[in-house]
Amino acid sequence: MKQQIRDAGDVRIISLSGKITIGAGDVMLRELINESLEAGSTKVLLDLGGITAIDSSGIGEMVASYTSAKNRGAQLKLVNLSKKINDILQVTQLITVFDVFDNETEAVESFG
Amino acid sequence: MGAADGRTRRRREPGILSNSGWDMWATLSLESRFESIEIAERALVDLFGEAGVGGDEEYWILTALREAIANAIRHGHHGRPEESVRVDYRVEADLVSITVVDQGEGFDPAVIPDPRDAENLLKPCGRGIFYMRRFMDEVAFRRGPDGGTMVCMNRKLTPRPIKE
Repeated sequence: MKQQIRDAGDVRIISLSGKITIGAGDVMLRELINESLEAGSTKVLLDLGGITAIDSSGIGEMVASYTSAKNRGAQLKLVNLSKKINDILQVTQLITVFDVFDNETEAVESFG
Repeated sequence: MGAADGRTRRRREPGILSNSGWDMWATLSLESRFESIEIAERALVDLFGEAGVGGDEEYWILTALREAIANAIRHGHHGRPEESVRVDYRVEADLVSITVVDQGEGFDPAVIPDPRDAENLLKPCGRGIFYMRRFMDEVAFRRGPDGGTMVCMNRKLTPRPIKE
């Protein structure tokens, strides 16, 4: 998995590409989000546009990161989900947990 | 031995377009490491390439395969790399069958909770078997021939032209 990190105002945008699977991206995802939270970011946007595959471990790390952000009073939102990642979240009903957006502008504005 | 010791056998009867004319199979013996999942995935992609299976169908079957092997490594072997995971594939004209066998202690699939239940929704684990059941037509858990867990999965394949 590869990542690119930038800020849009006070929103930390983490763009990921490749796979978020067990032993190949799942731990990195957790570390990236934790680092942002520890650095004081309270608005984190995960751009999954470049993700080609995600497994239950990757989904688990996303859920754990969501909870971790919430517990710190921060928000974690998702943008640019492929149809397959959307399907993965739908079948486990996690689509109801995450705030999901189709484009970055809309997502950034939603943080307020 | 490297990460994988496998053999692939293919049997086809050219010119016969019936289901019985297409049958390919492969067996892999993998070290119990997460890197082995990629090897298992590539083997199935190769078979599917020969068989003309692709797109969403291939994607979801690979997802189920990854989950089954990850479970064997993580829960079956608890990360012990000296154990091995055996994967058998069979691709027929209208069906793919995959068997994953570990050397672990086994488990009772009846006690696996539904990850969609409110109390489980935010748990970081417990979705692998759910995804396998969702993306394959049949998933059965049995005791392996030498102990451990044997996961047998199959899924009907979309009709497609048979390659000569």
